[in-house]
Parts: sequence; structure tokens; C-alpha cells
Amino acid sequence: MRTDAVVLTVAFGYLALLFVIAAWGDRRAEQGRSLIGSPTVYALSIAVYCTAWTFYGSVGRAAQFGPSFLLIYLGPTLAMLIAPFVIRKMVRIASAQRITSIADFISARYGKSASLGALVAIIALIGITPYIALQLKAITVSHAVLVNYPLAAEASIADESFWADKSFWVALVLAVFIILFGTRHLDASERHEGMVAAIAFESIIKLVAFLSVGIFTLFVMFNGPGDLFARVAATPELAGALSLDAVPGGATGWVGMLVLAMLAFITLPRQFQVMVVENVDERHIKRASWLFPLYLLAINVLVIPIAMAGMLLMSNGTDPDSFVLTLPLSAGLGGLPLLVFIGGLSAATSMVIVETIALSTMVSNQLVMPLLLRSRLLHLGSRGQLAGWLLGIRRVAIVLILLLGYLYHALIGDSYSLVTIGLVSFAAACQFAPAMLIGMYWRGATRDGAGLGLIAGTLIWAWTLLIPGFAQSGWLDAGFLEQGPWGLEWLRPYALFGLDTLDIYSHSLLWSLSANVGLLVGISLFSRQTPLEQTQAALFTEAMHPGLVQTTLWQGKTTRGELRALLDRYLGAGATARVFAGGPAASVSTAEPPPRDDQPASSALIARAEQALSGALGNASARVLINSLVRGEALDMESILSILDTTSETLEVNRRLEQKSSELARASEELRAANERLRELDRLKDEFVAMVSHELRTPLTSIRAFAEILRDSHALPEEKRVHFLDVVVLESQRLSRLIEEILDLARLESGRLTLEPQRLDLVALARHSVDAVHRLQENRGVVLEVAIEVDRAQVIGDPDRLEQVIINLLDNAGKFADHDAPRVRLRLYRHKTHYRLAVEDNGPGIAEDERERVFEKFHQIQRPGESADKTRGRPRGSGLGLPISRGIIAHLGGRLWVENASFLGGACLVMELPEAPSISSEEAQQE
Amino acid sequence: MAKVLVVDDEPNIVLSLEFLMQQAGFDVVTAEDGESALARVSEGAPDLVLLDISLPGISGFDVLERLRSDPAHSRLPIIMLTAHGREVEREKGMALGADDYITKPFSTQALVGKVKSLLDEAG
Repeated sequence: MRTDAVVLTVAFGYLALLFVIAAWGDRRAEQGRSLIGSPTVYALSIAVYCTAWTFYGSVGRAAQFGPSFLLIYLGPTLAMLIAPFVIRKMVRIASAQRITSIADFISARYGKSASLGALVAIIALIGITPYIALQLKAITVSHAVLVNYPLAAEASIADESFWADKSFWVALVLAVFIILFGTRHLDASERHEGMVAAIAFESIIKLVAFLSVGIFTLFVMFNGPGDLFARVAATPELAGALSLDAVPGGATGWVGMLVLAMLAFITLPRQFQVMVVENVDERHIKRASWLFPLYLLAINVLVIPIAMAGMLLMSNGTDPDSFVLTLPLSAGLGGLPLLVFIGGLSAATSMVIVETIALSTMVSNQLVMPLLLRSRLLHLGSRGQLAGWLLGIRRVAIVLILLLGYLYHALIGDSYSLVTIGLVSFAAACQFAPAMLIGMYWRGATRDGAGLGLIAGTLIWAWTLLIPGFAQSGWLDAGFLEQGPWGLEWLRPYALFGLDTLDIYSHSLLWSLSANVGLLVGISLFSRQTPLEQTQAALFTEAMHPGLVQTTLWQGKTTRGELRALLDRYLGAGATARVFAGGPAASVSTAEPPPRDDQPASSALIARAEQALSGALGNASARVLINSLVRGEALDMESILSILDTTSETLEVNRRLEQKSSELARASEELRAANERLRELDRLKDEFVAMVSHELRTPLTSIRAFAEILRDSHALPEEKRVHFLDVVVLESQRLSRLIEEILDLARLESGRLTLEPQRLDLVALARHSVDAVHRLQENRGVVLEVAIEVDRAQVIGDPDRLEQVIINLLDNAGKFADHDAPRVRLRLYRHKTHYRLAVEDNGPGIAEDERERVFEKFHQIQRPGESADKTRGRPRGSGLGLPISRGIIAHLGGRLWVENASFLGGACLVMELPEAPSISSEEAQQE
Repeated sequence: MAKVLVVDDEPNIVLSLEFLMQQAGFDVVTAEDGESALARVSEGAPDLVLLDISLPGISGFDVLERLRSDPAHSRLPIIMLTAHGREVEREKGMALGADDYITKPFSTQALVGKVKSLLDEAG
């Protein structure tokens, strides 16, 4: 019945059941039918206070120190008496401020100080780790006792490597379980309804298990309480051990313990989690204020009987911490010890679950995220990404916290009893009490005071409890406990300033809380609050009367210039000027110079700026923007989430707007450019039309004039009549040629010029063209030289069009050649992979800056110094030949340009065409 | 006998104008660009100028402007001839002090009539 396999199966089965309950609770919460909407569930969840330390340790402590264990429960009972005032106020504040943890609470109270939040988180981490270690130890030890009984069962860790150590695996299993349990999804409110339901269930299990042992002991092992007490009375050494005198430190020890438990009950992270963060209805506090003390009574009423029975029946070597298990085991039972083990497991797991979730929330929200956000390592685009990061960080934190707990257990665990470890953690948690409670009631408490108080209290706690623990475990030389460090006796950890009449807890608590409260109050009296801190202090202290609190004013830590730049970017210059002009500053006499931009912005100005930004971007984004300027202020997670929601939306909208406006800008720029091009084309078209009309009118003028002369002058000599008729014919030809050219040009420009490219020999084409113009040139007295330097010049071209170009070049050259001894030279040669056909003349040449203009439409080359006589009878060009030629050559993939004539000294026009790709003769024939 | 200066860079147009003016009974001198037109005027003052606008070198407008700025020729009758039919050019010519503005191609009879009437006016 008690084999390892059975125990493990039952344990895992129990964890699975918890998981099912949690999942069910979450499902119900999503459906709006919350499982935890009952004050009883709330009271049971607060019973997470009763950990393995209660379950096993109370009996142990009772056996060692008598009824002093009761103080650990009287403290919370007292606290619950005032809960309707204190806890209700905390709940009210937490829900208004969307508080996620005790670190968040303290940070928020002191002006949302990021550093204070981080400090609390770190202290909690250090202080609570022993407590988690304690639970690991309880699970491991109880398992060992259960499986090994009746052998001595104290699990010895020191001489085993960690993988053989069960508590290491317990820590890992719990880590996985808690990750599954508490970080399944991210709830911005940090509420875990399923978890609370499971914890309440665990509270029932551990109570039932404990009561079962007690009743079994009292009524089965003994014949009722009368029998037990009679037997104890008969044993003198026991009778004294259970008197009130057994409390360490006497009466002061009583008070110390009571205060310790009372404060820790409120300030332990897990208690804060279930009582404040997970509270769904503040009316629940009322019932919990009596139901929870009742629970404490129920779970404690049988502690002393069990302790007495253990001391009567068990051998001296039995650890009193495991009486709860060993008593039923000694009676030879199988089922009850298993139930006890499960009860202990539920006590331990409930604590570890809630504590780890609370701590991991602090680690992620107060330590890691602020660092990530501040260092801008995170470029979060969306809430989804943030949730992913948060969950990841929390999961890692959970594993690390449990490993830390394991480490503490492995290093220290053996030398301290359960109760001792628990009290060390209690004392650490107590350090939060001054900052929290005084901050809730005294408006004057400042961040500096709270921070320094916390630091001093924690240092004293570490010196008087934590470090001695390491020393007693043999990790440090314990000598300083007796002699003090460096021989300074007044610094002895257990007798600070010579105070050695108290038990170690009361001693530690007295000094640490004195320093803590003293610094908090003392420094608060002499330090100033920022405006945000003032507002938060008012919101906390007046939480029950929120109407009394004024609205937030920003702390003026930015300059006017920075603020102006920010507003300018989002609101524009006009609205910015209005923000700066508004307010009382404007009404101040004009003799006073206006504040300069490097002066700090007043908080009123920042508030106006925030208002103006809110109008444009929404509250949350405005807050982020202002915050980015004002600096130094921690944001709670909820704000960051909602800010990210709205900012990412705003950013998205802005991004789209920006995209749209840049698209618009681009489109309008394109339109403008297109419009400009159109205007230019329109202008060119007008110009072209004007020039065409001018060019057409010129031959028409001659034709009409001579036609009228011929019509009107009847007595014209024959010779004149023929001459005039010749002119009419010539000008008519000129007119048709011009029309042809204009059409060519129009086709070229519209891309409709039909070319019929084919492989041809430029040599043959050049000779053919020369033949065509030869007669005309000879008539004009032009000497035409031909220098063809290649045998064949294969190019791709339209032969008719190419001939047109060559003839045009020869014709032009003839016209511009020297008038008296005109010479024209055609040269065809190879240049790299191209063939060039150059036509030059011995005329005046073309000036450098004219060389491109000759290709403009209707451009007429000036022929200075030529008299009308000389040009007479020589038809002028239309000014279209060269533009057309260049267009044709460009269509064929070549170039046409002007250069200096190398042989004849005049103008030289060069036409260049690429050599046709070589093909086999067969293919050539096919073509 | 009145002397008419014909200025145009189109040889055939000069030829036709020369014939028309001679037939109407005037002496004719010709010039094919702005510079030589001004030279002819200073050589021996004509009684009337037929002046083309688009000339190589200095344009017809320039010639007109220079002639008008010289008091000796401020009243010299000048008829602008142009292949540009645009109204702005006509206005520009008239503003610069041309006596008339004739668009090419022109009616030979109308041209001769204009020349005659202008010479009559000038007396």
C-alpha cells in the first residue's frame, strides 16, 4: 500500500485533479459564472496561509516550545479582526490602481517608483526563497517518512548529488505544474480564478487530512482527550514542556511572535495575492474576517493533542515535525498516512503555487519588463508580442524561483527546523509593512523614506537572521555569531547593540522594524514628494473617499523646448503655440521676458500639453508621450498593456496615414511632373505647329506670288515666264517634300514609323547613295570623294530609310560646303564592333554649342557672311532632315552626331551602326 | 521714282517682290538679312521698306526698331511681311511702329495696292 509507485501515483493524481479544478475554474470565469464568487471560497483561499509548516511544523513546534505555535495563528486572527478596515482599503486601492502584486502596490503608493517596485521584488525574492525551500523539504521528508517507515527517515541531502535528491525533482515537477497552472494565458488584471478555486479546494483537503489524524489519535490511539491529558499529566517532563513558559524569550517573545505573524499575514506576497489581488468582491472580506479565524482554530485545535501523543508514544529519535505521519504509521495503518501525505502535499503545493505566481509576476513586472522597456531592447509592436514576452519571462522566473528554493534547501535545509525557516521568511515579509501600512494612512510618507526604510530593515534582517542561518549550516565560520564581526561585539547578529534578552526573531524584528519605521518617518519628514507622488499618496490615503483627491499633475522634469518639439510633431505649430500661450503665464505683465525654451516646463504647462495630446491621440498615448519626456516613472503593467493597445492602433493608423500621404505626395508630384511634361509638350507642339505653318507658308508664298504674276502679267517675256514657272514647280516640290518630312517626323515621334530592318551591306548602300546624289552634286560643282575602308559592312537596317539618311547627309554637306570650291567626303570605316559612315565638308563647320542644336526640329544653320546672291537658287533645308535622320538611326540602334571634320576642316556628321551578328551563309540565304 | 527696299531671306520671295515692285514702277533694292538691310538704308534712303520678320542674324523686328529709333527714318513707311500668322506678332510689329503687317502668302494685288497708298500718303 505504501510503495513508492503508489505514493507517486497518488501524488500525481492529486496534482492532476488540482489542474482539472483550475481549468474548470478558468472556464467558468470565462463564461461569466465564476466559481469564486463566494465569500467562503475567498476565506478558504486565504487559508493558503496554512502551509506544510502548519501541517507538519505546528506539531513540531508544540512539541519543542509548547503552545507558542498558536501565536503564528493568533496574529492573523487579530489581523482579520481589523480586515474590514485595512484589507478592504487595500482591495479598494488595488482595484482602482490595477495593482498586480505587493511590489506594485508599494511602487504605486510612492509615485509609481520603478526603483521601489524593483527593491520590493528583490527583497521578496530573497526573503521568500527559504519559505519555498521549506515546502520542498516538507514534501521530500514526508515522502521519505511514508516510504521508509519504520526506518529513520530524515532525508540527508549533503552527501548526495542533486539528481539523486528528490527535492530537486519535486522542484522541477512543481515548476512545470505551476507553468501549466498559472501562465496558461495572460490576464492583465493578474487574476487567476482557476488557481483560487484549486487553492480553496486544497485548503479543504489539508484541513480534512489534519483533523483525521487528530481524531484518530484522540479517539483510536487514546480513549478521548481525558485519557490523553491524564497520561501526559503522569509524565512530568511533558507537563512542563507544554506550559506557556516554554515560549522562547518569555513575554516579549509572545509579543514579538504575535506582531511578526500579524504583519506577515498581510505582507507575504501570496497572502497579498489571494486577499487583495484575487479578491473579486470586497464584501467577501466580511465573512472571511470570522470564517478564516475559524479555519485556523479548526486546524490548530488538535495540534497539542497530536504533539502530546507523539511525545508519549514515539521514540526519542523521531522528528516531532513528522508526528502527523508517524503516529498513524506506528498504528500500522495504510490509508490514513497516505491521506496525511496528500494533506501535507496540498498545504505545500498551495503555498508554492501562489507564492511562485506572485513572485514571478513581480519579477516580470517590476524587474525585467521595466529594464527591457527602458533599455529599448524590446521593440514591441503589439499587445500579443508583449503577452508572449511576459509569459516567457514569467515561465523562466517560475523555474528560477523554484531552483533558488531548491538551492536554499540544499544548502541550509538540514540545519533549520520547518518553523525556523518559516519565521525567517516572515521577518523578511514584515519589512514591507511600514511602507505599505504607513503609506496607506499617512499622506506624508515619501518614496525616499520608504526606500531607505526598506533597505535598512532588510539589511538588518539579513544580518540577524539570514546570514546566521548560513553560518549555522556551516557555510560560514560561525565564530562571528559569538564574537561579532572583526571582534565588534555590539554587531553580533543575535545580540545587536548588546540586546541579548530576546529570542532571535523578536530581536531581529525589533531592530529591523525600528530602523525601517524610523527611517521611513524620519526621512519622509525631511524629503519632498513629487507631484505624482503627492497625487498617489492622496489616492491611497483617501481611497475610501476618492472624491477628495485632485487630478494628476505632472512632475516638471522636462524643458519647454522639448515639450514644444513633441507637441509640434503631433499637433503642428499652431496648436502648439496655443498650448504655450494659454494658461496664467499669458496674463503676466509683458515687461517680463517670456520663459526661454531651456527653462523647465511647469507642471501646469505639461498638464495642458497632455490634455492637448489626449485630444489628438487618446489618453494612453498622450501619457506615454509625455512620460517619454518627463522620464523616471514606472508604469504599471496594465497601463503598458493598454498603452500598447492604443499606441499600436494609433501607430498603425499613423503609419497608414503617413503611407497614404506619402502616396498622395508622390502621386501629386507625378501629376505635377506629368503636367509639366504636358505643358512642355503642349508648348513644343504649339511651337512645332507654328514652325510647320511658317515652313509651309514660305514655299506657298512664292507659289502664290508667281502664280498671280503669271496670271496678271500678260506681256511677260517667254524666258521670264519659264523661269517663274520653274520656281512654282520647285517650290511645289519643296512643299511636298516638307509635308513628307513632317509626316515622317510625326511617325517617328509617335513610334509609328514602319521600318523594315534586314541584314544589309552598308558598303553597297553607301555606293548606291553616292550614285543617287552624284549628278546633282556635279551640277552644283561639288567634288565628292568616297573612301570606303572595308570590304563589307554587315548591319541591320531598313535600306530605303538608311539611303534616305545617307542622301540627306550628303545633301546637307553639299549645301554647307565651301561656296567657291565645294568638297564633300564620304568615309566608311570600322570602329570596334560598329561601322561608321562619316560625311564631311569643307565649309565653315559647326560651332561647338551648335552641334546638338542642329538636330532640333526646324533648326536652321546660320551661314554668316554669305550674300543673298550666293544662296540664290539653292533650296534651303526644311530643318527637319537631321532630326528625322537621327530618329531613324536611333531606331536601328545606332547614333548620329556632329564632330570636327578631320580631312576637309568643315562639319562632319557621323552615323554609327552596330555590326550585325555573324551568321552562317545558310542562314544568310534564308534571310 | 520711288525706291522700295525688299528684305527677305527666301530668294524666290525676293524675286517675286522685286518683279512686282518693278512692274508697279518703283526702283528696287534687295537685302537677304537684317544687317544688309540696314546697310542699304544708310547707302541711299528708300521710300518704303518691305521687311520680312524671320531673318538670319538680326530679325526684322530688330531692323524695325533700329530704323524707328533713328529720327531720319522715323517716318519711313515700313510694311512687315511674315509667315507667322500669330496675332501677338502682328501687335508687336504695330507697336514697334510698322505701318502695315502682311501675312504670307499674300495677294500680290493687295500688296502692291498697300505699297502705293503708303507712298501716296508719304507724298
